[in-house]
Amino acid sequence: MTTEPNASTEQAGDEIRAALAGRWVAAAAPEVEAQAGALLAAAEGARRVIIDLSHIERLDTLGAWVLDRTRHELGAKGLKADFVGARAEHRILLDEVAYRGFAEAPVVRHSRLVDFLVDIGKAVVGTGRDIAQGTSFLGEVVAGLVRVALRPSRFRLPALVHQLEQVAFRGVPIITLISFLVGCIVAQQGIFQLQRFGAQPFVVDLVGILVLRELAVLLTSIMVAGRSGSAFTAEIGSMKMREEIDALRVMGLDPVEVLIIPRVLALIVGLPILTFLSSMAALFGGGLVAWIYGGISPEIFLARLQGAIAMSTFLVGLIKAPFMALVIGLIASLEGLAVQGSAESLGRQVTSSVVKSIFMVILVDGLFAMFFAAINY
Amino acid sequence: MPAEAMPESDREVAIRIRDLEVGFGEKTIMKGLDLDVYRGEILGFVGASGTGKSVLTRAILGLVPKRRGTIEVFGENLDELTPSSRKAIERRWGVLFQHGALFSSLTVKQNVQVPMREYLDLSERLLDELAMLKIEMVGLQPDAAEKRPADLSGGMIKRAALARALALDPEIVFLDEPTSGLDPIGAGEFDDLIATLQKTLGLTVFMVTHDLDSLYSVCDRVAALGDGKIIAAGPIETLLASQHPWLRAYFHGKRARAVAGGV
Ligand SMILES: Nc1ncnc2c1ncn2[C@@H]1O[C@H](COP(=O)(O)OP(=O)(O)OP(=O)(O)O)[C@@H](O)[C@H]1O
Ligand SMILES: [Mg+2]
Repeated sequence: MTTEPNASTEQAGDEIRAALAGRWVAAAAPEVEAQAGALLAAAEGARRVIIDLSHIERLDTLGAWVLDRTRHELGAKGLKADFVGARAEHRILLDEVAYRGFAEAPVVRHSRLVDFLVDIGKAVVGTGRDIAQGTSFLGEVVAGLVRVALRPSRFRLPALVHQLEQVAFRGVPIITLISFLVGCIVAQQGIFQLQRFGAQPFVVDLVGILVLRELAVLLTSIMVAGRSGSAFTAEIGSMKMREEIDALRVMGLDPVEVLIIPRVLALIVGLPILTFLSSMAALFGGGLVAWIYGGISPEIFLARLQGAIAMSTFLVGLIKAPFMALVIGLIASLEGLAVQGSAESLGRQVTSSVVKSIFMVILVDGLFAMFFAAINY
Repeated sequence: MPAEAMPESDREVAIRIRDLEVGFGEKTIMKGLDLDVYRGEILGFVGASGTGKSVLTRAILGLVPKRRGTIEVFGENLDELTPSSRKAIERRWGVLFQHGALFSSLTVKQNVQVPMREYLDLSERLLDELAMLKIEMVGLQPDAAEKRPADLSGGMIKRAALARALALDPEIVFLDEPTSGLDPIGAGEFDDLIATLQKTLGLTVFMVTHDLDSLYSVCDRVAALGDGKIIAAGPIETLLASQHPWLRAYFHGKRARAVAGGV
């Protein structure tokens, strides 16, 4: 038996008697507000309003709030409004909610143009701060590494092994699979395009050089930034959120030493290994396609490969790997430490960690390309 | 199901738990637990740390799977509900988690408004006013409304979480240690608020607490959990008279005597 809230009014001279009935509860909020509004309108022109609550079936905080608000609004119009017949518990509730205006939070208005310029300014300052922080953090990590190197007893081997398993070992299947596929695609495209010049055998040079110098290390770094970089940021960030990092600090443990060095070291060790596996998988894929699709037998492929690549080609890729690892590790840790109290901020930093790492990996790769070209390596 | 439709003879039961067994892996936390919570009462729930008070609360709420037994809320077996009637029941209870469980990316006011937006059809004005009302009712300053949980003190988190638990004027509230982390005056106000709401809205309160003051001042009945069972339940005098060693230590220890002496 649910009865709608209802306010019936009855005029006697300049006095209005409003008899309320029904359930003045949150579930019927729109009707409650409508009835209160109707009462307000009906009281127009009267001098005194008596609101009879004796037939109200149920009253909750919402109902009490709206009633008391109505009484106030009547008062503000110069009417004398009173409740009569309220049950004891309704009386207490009305006193408990006691209508009062809440100060509106000031709404600050800006023009679009100003907002836009402010955003640009903030982004520039933010980038500058990122670079400064990254550099100073690099210093901290290097200092931490040196401290650990000087006192190897402080080195956390189990943590490193655990991280290596997460970063390198568990990443092997997906990274080799992707590299294998990319190797296949490059070889297929190479054969297809080179056929037209009758230069089909050069696909071996193409695949060999491209994979060893650039593709393997780039693919691996991007995958690691997505897999492990995001995980580092999320782990460190949620520890930051729950004050676990502060707990480490007050125990006299250095969060850089405990959390970050094992992770960064695991990346520095793991990424070259993954890069090596990735290049082997890509070469295998390339060789397979060259054989099936291009008719280049494995013996010929291997012989040509030997002629096409030098030791330096192989090393260029591997030399880059630890630097990529450092970049990913630093960005991931820094973003993790930048997490504020909310879940939203954690999500934002993880995204930003992955995006920044991938961008920096590509940038660093470009710098290396220029450097190696300059030294003719 | 308004209260007046029910027979007045025996007290109406809001939550009925029978033969409940809950465990994690090898470990059994509670076994053969029976408990009734009557409608409109404030039940204080005590027990040593780690006996499973929070787990029992979570089991009633359906957050922890039970191995055996039945839980009825408002006379409906929670295992036999359709999704829509389950939702209807969820709308009728409010929960204050032990650690607040506020949504960290929303402000306090938005936190309070989450259930309101979900279940009620309110005008923006009323939504704002009602949220502010609840925030002030639980004793928070109005400027706390725009803060995020990370910027609140421990006691403020408790209050904000209570404001959210009360957002829909629920019929049952589950409070997991509502007054821990509050100063004694704040804890007293908290108790008064609960008592007022119980009187005016007919609230049923299931309150896990270690606060002896709350037990003496607002609880109608007290239940004690030990060894995975309810070791005693009833008005506080019953528990005071109990010979169970833990209850004796709890109610007649040094700290308890200090509180009881003052009442
Ligand atoms: N998800 C879980 N998995 C395994 N064990 C759990 C889990 N949750 C709780 N427990 C165990 O259940 C037991 C009861 O925990 P519970 O949190 O209910 O204690 P409590 O009575 O609320 O204590 P306190 O008063 O300190 O809050 C503890 O031994 C705890 O270790
Ligand atoms: Mg607990």
